[in-house]
Amino acid sequence: MAALTIATGTGNWFSALALGVTLLKCLLIPTYHSTDFEVHRNWLAITHSLPISQWYYEATSEWTLDYPPFFAWFEYILSHVAKYFDQEMLNVHNLNYSSSRTLLFQRFSVIFMDVLFVYAVRECCKCIDGKKVGKELTEKPKFILSVLLLWNFGLLIADHIHFQYNGFLFGLMLLSIARLFQKRHMEGAFLFAVLLHFKHIYLYVTPAYGVYLLRSYCFTANKPDGSIRWKSFSFVRVISLGLVVFLVSALSLGPFLALNQLPQVFSRLFPFKRGLCHAYWAPNFWALYNALDKVLSVIGLKLKFLDPNNIPKASMTSGLVQQFQHTVLPSVTPLATLICTLIAILPSIFCLWFKPQGPRGFLRCLTLCALSSFMFGWHVHEKAILLAILPMSLLSVGKAGDASIFLILTTTGHYSLFPLLFTAPELPIKILLMLLFTIYSISSLKTLFRKEKPLFNWMETFYLLGLGPLEVCCEFVFPFTSWKVKYPFIPLLLTSVYCAVGITYAWFKLYVPVLIDSAIGKTKKQ
Amino acid sequence: MEKWYLMTVVVLIGLTVRWTVSLNSYSGAGKPPMFGDYEAQRHWQEITFNLPVKQWAKFINPDWIALHTSRGYESQAHKLFMRTTVLIADLLIYIPAVVLYCCCLKEISTKKKIANALCILLYPGLILIDYGHFQYNSVSLGFALWGVLGISCDCDLLGSLAFCLAINYKQMELYHALPFFCFLLGKCFKKGLKGKGFVLLVKLACIVVASFVLCWLPFFTEREQTLQVLRRLFPVDRGLFEDKVANIWCSFNVFLKIKDILPRHIQLIMSFCSTFLSLLPACIKLILQPSSKGFKFTLVSCALSFFLFSFQVHEKSILLVSLPVCLVLSEIPFMSTWFLLVSTFSMLPLLLKDELLMPSVVTTMAFFIACVTSFSIFEKTSEEELQLKSFSISVRKYLPCFTFLSRIIQYLFLISVITMVLLTLMTVTLDPPQKLPDLFSVLVCFVSCLNFLFFLVYFNIIIMWDSKSGRNQKKIS
Repeated sequence: MAALTIATGTGNWFSALALGVTLLKCLLIPTYHSTDFEVHRNWLAITHSLPISQWYYEATSEWTLDYPPFFAWFEYILSHVAKYFDQEMLNVHNLNYSSSRTLLFQRFSVIFMDVLFVYAVRECCKCIDGKKVGKELTEKPKFILSVLLLWNFGLLIADHIHFQYNGFLFGLMLLSIARLFQKRHMEGAFLFAVLLHFKHIYLYVTPAYGVYLLRSYCFTANKPDGSIRWKSFSFVRVISLGLVVFLVSALSLGPFLALNQLPQVFSRLFPFKRGLCHAYWAPNFWALYNALDKVLSVIGLKLKFLDPNNIPKASMTSGLVQQFQHTVLPSVTPLATLICTLIAILPSIFCLWFKPQGPRGFLRCLTLCALSSFMFGWHVHEKAILLAILPMSLLSVGKAGDASIFLILTTTGHYSLFPLLFTAPELPIKILLMLLFTIYSISSLKTLFRKEKPLFNWMETFYLLGLGPLEVCCEFVFPFTSWKVKYPFIPLLLTSVYCAVGITYAWFKLYVPVLIDSAIGKTKKQ
Repeated sequence: MEKWYLMTVVVLIGLTVRWTVSLNSYSGAGKPPMFGDYEAQRHWQEITFNLPVKQWAKFINPDWIALHTSRGYESQAHKLFMRTTVLIADLLIYIPAVVLYCCCLKEISTKKKIANALCILLYPGLILIDYGHFQYNSVSLGFALWGVLGISCDCDLLGSLAFCLAINYKQMELYHALPFFCFLLGKCFKKGLKGKGFVLLVKLACIVVASFVLCWLPFFTEREQTLQVLRRLFPVDRGLFEDKVANIWCSFNVFLKIKDILPRHIQLIMSFCSTFLSLLPACIKLILQPSSKGFKFTLVSCALSFFLFSFQVHEKSILLVSLPVCLVLSEIPFMSTWFLLVSTFSMLPLLLKDELLMPSVVTTMAFFIACVTSFSIFEKTSEEELQLKSFSISVRKYLPCFTFLSRIIQYLFLISVITMVLLTLMTVTLDPPQKLPDLFSVLVCFVSCLNFLFFLVYFNIIIMWDSKSGRNQKKIS
């Protein structure tokens, strides 16, 4: 019996949490899956049946390979396991093939790869040391953080229903963050470089990594007032970092450089022909911009300022992903979004350079980079909000202010993922899981910071509560009204704009202390 | 309670698990002409709707219940509707009863109450049958639980009313009827038959009669109709058992074909006598010494006796035993968890027929992990924890060396679990030999039956040896 006790890890709450969520993921296997399922099946087929030189040229299916080479190699390895499940899925011409064995294999591969995520969460829990309020397990910051990360609603929905492989990628990111906290900078840099070559969306947070490593690792010491000590620059460190990044990139892009295929690879990775917004607007600044443009054009039409014949017929809110023009406000180009993003991340980068606050400051900067890129990026997908939510979870158990911003960001961000699951059988699942995560996160963080001032003011509470009626209106009331036929895009529009307000607010709240801090720093210097 | 949000989280987890299981196949999916329980429920809706006419369902979709033309109707929207009705019934009746029961438990910390609720809500048997196979057991079990709650908290009238509703919803609840009767009778005796006790007895009798009359009123119009209803409810013509079930008669049948040898009325008498003989001691004790704890344990032993010895028992009837066992989870966590695992295992042939292997395995593992982490069951295997202390002391008067009871029980647990896992693996991976096509189902039933017999003895021991002196000893030590 003693052996069984040890084996089952009595009292080992972390294993119980991890096992519990894994079992939940197994139960989600028969749920709806999006076209991303076919995307990954196609990539299994491409990497298995074609030589490397064909990987980035193959276009039998519309879902061409558009992730960096490491992910292609990952699919290649998976395909060698897949052939024992169902050989047919590895045929490039078997479009939309989804036998039950294929489904089982794909779902299990996601669940299995999440092991890396679980390990990363464990490492992160070792690093943070939040407030110690009570002796009870459920009130320890480690426990709360584990639940917030392992049972994250957005990750469950995106990975195990919609179907993607975000779990292990975020695991790599969290692991690299944990290594930076543990002062193992080379490993952190290595892990991040590997991550970039798995999915290039993480380029959004590269400035944070670059500046932090340069400032806090390559300059080995600071002056007493915290500013930079130029003489402590270590060439060895810079060169070793550069070497690591170079070697990883060489491993990844080397073969394609040898085949002279780099331009093709890059054109696949960065397809700028797509529009400013996805079919469903991600709740960022451009959603508000689009909405404002629409409102102004409607007002303009009513007040006869605009000629109806001059307005382009295609609507941005229909389901197609093309390039559109705005009617009243100036149109937005990719270059404009890039400039806006750069301007948005610059203050946080400056703060990281001039007033480094160790790994915590880095984490804050990383979150701000991710969030700013989400706010102003070109063709941002709403799933990208997870890039900001997950690192922010680490900050949330530290300070009450961070917890408050985290909760607004998370609740709004998760709600904005609802349109991803539009089928009726999944409706109860998404509502139940959302309620589960939201109620737990709000109550546990409130209990953790109960000795400080309340987390939300009345305005924020009102806004968050408003999500309930919004959901009821969009999913239950609207389909039965007459507007469904005339204006079918209204629920998506409302969701997008409502969430954009919340996310923008959270972005401001997160940024203001940073700006104030850097302003104070500058005045002190003067 | 201060940790209300954790209890809400637990309920949400329970609901999520239920709905995800319901995404799977249901009984008789795509298998004409008989289909299965899913079609049965739809058929009953068809009958009750069409004959007398009602307004409500017209709003949803009349095709689902059109008389005669909707036989065998299967569509995605209809499946969603049926599954939603089960969830709503569960949410309104069963789940609040469980939450309230756990909150009313005495001498337990809040954290343990919430953990208790989690384990009960994660019990795989009920989830798989209601949301997988498709039935509405949560309604009758929920009402029965309200009954238990009412009576344990001394709201005897409301408790009896709830239990009458349970019986009139599903006649299987009669398995629980005797303990209710004995406990209430015992309470009346305790209060004194000349004074308050008699008043209580009369009030209870009125409530029971009134609720039965109300439910049966539409069917009392003709004697023939009443008899027809009774014949449908208690199909004595259908024989001692049907299909494979983990009870004594089916297991006996493996060695000696009693179903064919003995005439029908002898089978009936045999089953009747053995059932009543096995449950009589506990019931008599309950009348003489009514206590809340004794009531719950008697519910277990009575239902188990009925399951093992009664007539025309279905494997799903094990749920009627599982519900009371869930109620004593906090008192004997180790044995209760073991029993609940065996009860789910005993329904394996049925679950495999419905293609519910993955949900079964996942929910069983989730339940096991929940119980292990909540109650640390493997640390609670001493004699005292198993409530066998007074029993072992009595035995030790005659056999001084009888000290190894808890170790025996631990080994039995290990053997039982290993057998269950092996049998599950064999049933799933291997094909049965040509001569014995039902080999694995019969083995599952036989092994489960042995386990159940052991539990019957165990629970009866607890009831009979649970005396006041036992409680005093606990206080002294």
